[in-house]
Amino acid sequence: MTSSEARPALRLEKVHKAYGDNAVLRGVSLDIDEHEVVALIGSSGCGKSTLLRCLDLLEPIDAGAIWFEGEDISWPGYDVNAARRKIGIVFQSFNLFPHRSVIDNITLAPRKVLGLGGDEAEARASDLLTRFGLADKAADYPDRLSGGQQQRVAIVRALAMQPKIMLFDEITSALDPELVGEVLNVIRDLKQAGLTMVLATHEMTFAREVATRVAFLDGGEVAELGPPEQVLSDPQQERTRQFLRRVTEARRI
Amino acid sequence: MTSTTSAAPVHDPERLAAIASRRRRNTTVSTVSTVVVLGILTLLIVTSPGWPAVRESFFNAEYARDVLPDILKGLRLTVIMFATAEPVILVVGLLLAVVRGLTAPIFTPLRILSIAYADVVRGIPTILLILMFGFGIPALNLQGLPDSPLFWAWFALVVSYSAYVAEVLRAGLESVHPSQRAAARALGLNQYQSLRYVVVPQAVRRVTPPLLNDFIALQKDTALVAIIGAGIEMTRAAQIYAFDAFNYTPFVVAACFYILLTVPLSRWADWMAERQRRRSQAGGGAL
Repeated sequence: MTSSEARPALRLEKVHKAYGDNAVLRGVSLDIDEHEVVALIGSSGCGKSTLLRCLDLLEPIDAGAIWFEGEDISWPGYDVNAARRKIGIVFQSFNLFPHRSVIDNITLAPRKVLGLGGDEAEARASDLLTRFGLADKAADYPDRLSGGQQQRVAIVRALAMQPKIMLFDEITSALDPELVGEVLNVIRDLKQAGLTMVLATHEMTFAREVATRVAFLDGGEVAELGPPEQVLSDPQQERTRQFLRRVTEARRI
Repeated sequence: MTSTTSAAPVHDPERLAAIASRRRRNTTVSTVSTVVVLGILTLLIVTSPGWPAVRESFFNAEYARDVLPDILKGLRLTVIMFATAEPVILVVGLLLAVVRGLTAPIFTPLRILSIAYADVVRGIPTILLILMFGFGIPALNLQGLPDSPLFWAWFALVVSYSAYVAEVLRAGLESVHPSQRAAARALGLNQYQSLRYVVVPQAVRRVTPPLLNDFIALQKDTALVAIIGAGIEMTRAAQIYAFDAFNYTPFVVAACFYILLTVPLSRWADWMAERQRRRSQAGGGAL
């Protein structure tokens, strides 16, 4: 990767990942441009979560490459901490640190990893909390918050590192239906701000609204990729059609 | 859920009176039964044929007063041994526990050593460790090492309890869900930082009650140092007097002081466990 111009923010090149004999990813290739929002859809177990975990280097890949800022960050021995500083991830189950208050959850990494002073880290955290309507929760412990509030704090915690790319792993799947909206609003807000995002999601309506492109994962590969109106309304592939039919039927029940 | 909008709680005065009456009755029953049981026990002991002799050799008030100053001196050494051993044990135990959880290939020898340490040390009775260290190491005449048997007896306690504490802490470390470490690593924290700020604090909180349990045991096991007769800690002080006069009152006096030392720690351990329980059930409803 020599040319620095028009380089995708993140490039996946034939990424393979297996757990034992179970090949979860079988050659996933995908370019994600800057300011783009790519939604990953597909049935449970299709590899959406695994793909995101590989992108954040939480799982080593077996073959292929992940290019970020001109370097293959997936190569064995690459400084994973350096890459993670610029790639944020939010998990389905929030994973807030229960022994630390909201503000301490958020300032930990900026202080210890980026070396920010306490005041600076807290100012940065307070700004973000205010922006997402959580200013009054700064001193609370995660257990005292609702699921939606916890997930918003988890997003703020990742944003406090000022990542270049954010990965969201089905972040509304563990929430009560009435709390989904407040979390999705955060994503809308981040899209407005131009953040590059990859989100695995089951919310088709939301994917249609917020994504610039939708990738349908099936059998460990990108089965269909394109603008949301095409993939979600007029899919070219039979298996995409089948998947979408199953989703709409499930909705009706 | 009913459709009433009033927020004021409703109380039935008769029901409240019935609850109060039940409570009074329970208090009376527990008081009376306690007095009766303790009374019968006392009566049994005091009326037994050997009681006068036992009272003379175990509960001799005059002799107790005589030995008190030296027992108190022993108490001082007991507390010093315990209070200095405890922090060292915590540090060594945590190191052993953390090392055992390291997966990187370079740490393999350390991990094996940690496992061997726990296996070997926990297999040896503490009293044997004290004998081996207390008599063995000073006998080596090694340059630059302390040659006081008392120090090595103390060291043996540290060696022994570190192995137990390491196992307790390891259980704590393993009880922290892997997703916590993943979240820490995902934020860019390195392995050390993840342990230091995310995993260890949660692990220690979870195993505080069993840790305190080990420390109560340690407090009493300082008495084992008496076996090598090095320093005059509390049990040794009592021993000297008891064997001197063939009167065991000094042991009873020492026992009372051990109880005075451990009871506050036990209550604290209970209180910590209770707080933990309440916290983990926060929002879980009544009962």
